[in-house]
Amino acid sequence: MEFGTSGMLNEDGIHVDMDRLKKGEVNLGTSIMAINFKDGVILGADSRTTTGAYIANRVTDKLTQVHDTIWCCRSGSAADTQAVADIVHYQLGMYATANNRPPTTQTAAAMFQELCYENKDRLSAGLIIAGWDERHGGQVYSIPLGGSLHKQSYAIGGSGSTYIYGYCDSNWREGMDEEAAVKFVKGALREAIKWDGSSGGVIRMVVLTQKGANRHLYLPDTDYAVRHQ
Amino acid sequence: MCLSALNPNTRAIVPGAPKVQQTTELQRPLQIPIHPQLLTLRTSQPTLEHHGTGYDLTNSVFSPDGRNFQVEYAVKAVENGGTSIGIRCKDGVVLAVEKIITSKLLKAGANKRIATIDRHVGAVSSGLVPDGRHFVSRARDEAASWRSTYKTPITTKDLASRMGGYLQAYTLYSSVRPFGITAIVAGWDSELELPVDGQVGSGPSIGSGGKVEGMTFGGPGLYMIEPSGMYWGYYGAATGKGRQTAKAELEKLDLAALKLSLQDGVKEAAKIIYVAHADNKDKEFELEMTWISNLDGPTKGRHQEVPKDILEEAENLAKKYLEGEDDEETKDDDKPAEGDKMEE
Repeated sequence: MEFGTSGMLNEDGIHVDMDRLKKGEVNLGTSIMAINFKDGVILGADSRTTTGAYIANRVTDKLTQVHDTIWCCRSGSAADTQAVADIVHYQLGMYATANNRPPTTQTAAAMFQELCYENKDRLSAGLIIAGWDERHGGQVYSIPLGGSLHKQSYAIGGSGSTYIYGYCDSNWREGMDEEAAVKFVKGALREAIKWDGSSGGVIRMVVLTQKGANRHLYLPDTDYAVRHQ
Repeated sequence: MCLSALNPNTRAIVPGAPKVQQTTELQRPLQIPIHPQLLTLRTSQPTLEHHGTGYDLTNSVFSPDGRNFQVEYAVKAVENGGTSIGIRCKDGVVLAVEKIITSKLLKAGANKRIATIDRHVGAVSSGLVPDGRHFVSRARDEAASWRSTYKTPITTKDLASRMGGYLQAYTLYSSVRPFGITAIVAGWDSELELPVDGQVGSGPSIGSGGKVEGMTFGGPGLYMIEPSGMYWGYYGAATGKGRQTAKAELEKLDLAALKLSLQDGVKEAAKIIYVAHADNKDKEFELEMTWISNLDGPTKGRHQEVPKDILEEAENLAKKYLEGEDDEETKDDDKPAEGDKMEE
């Protein structure tokens, strides 16, 4: 695939021109989301990583921990988002030891934003930060490509998200219980995976509450119906 | 005299060696290992007679009993400064300082001694005024740097910690001297949730889920930082010349109960500065006072000067209180001692 500068579809008819990505760079053509619910937040993601049309990894983990109950969903360049998440992971660890208290989701969001904004010309990273802390409960922040910071009730991102704006808008309710919230995330990601060629594989989730972090895994083999692990 | 004879260790391994009579002069400085730089300092003033051991001549050097004299001298500078106090109230914090008037040509009310560090934090210090200015400048930099890193205001505690670290560094190097001030830092940390600076949107309309019930956050903060870099949190803090009197007064207020209101705290602060000044009557002074209330209070979480009318009211009450105290004293003096009889 050649670089283009037009922002038009590439010859494969699927991939939007990603002139930020180098030739062969691993891309998280992705479906990610995070939502607020009654007891905290839930992050969700598909597991497909592509290099052009090739699926480089079909069981990727795009939900990355940066502190005990602060996680992020990564989309865009795998290398860039991993590097950014690693830096924030380190900084939050230092913050917790230096100030003798865990960082808030806001602290994490501020750090992510600073990195994404100051290096906007060199990064292709679309991130969703979600976390739980004692003071604020669950919070969801979205940091799209330019490095702006948006506090949202729920956030969706990645190439697959374009297919589920309608689904999310009509099914979203505030203050859902955990069961309903998991169902909402799963339903949305199933649609995204169904329609987006760059999304696929398993559905991963992380539930963040006062009790800590809890992982979910749903496989396509069982039609995403059974919780594994 | 043979040098080795001066060394008690050498003597010990020579059995039967004649006991050298130890004069007080032999126990004097030269036996103690001294940094070469100190020797230079001593020999450069050969005409001076005994002037200590030399351990007080430079910063960062321990004396044999583990003291840093330069820091102790800095504390002396503080003890001569005008009294500063801080009172932590349930709905805010007050700072007050006894500003000694050094010249009648100085404009009244000018040359402020209490500074704003960030919107919600103020600081006052006793001791060398220029050192206080530098402290304020650095504190402002720390507060601003915190804001740009974390996109949220610094807490009073974190600021005190940063400044404690800064002052401590000035006890470590021979190229600097410790700060000749003890600073009181007061602030109100927002009790509400604050947005990340610059964020767009506000999340769920019903508020975030999963908050822990019954927990409170933020509130009043009061810290005092000494020349050594040591800092503690206080219910009531006092430093400077009148600190002993001021502390005695502060202890009467039971501030630990956190029941004193900010409005009453202002009156108490004025009274304490006036009482503390009574031991130093020959000098004129001005009372300078600032406060930081909670978000529902008069300053809405900001550090501001106490308004003129409230300041004057507090000063009048303080003066009245002092007059009352004087009257009691004179009454006691006038009372004839028991057993004395008046005769005509």
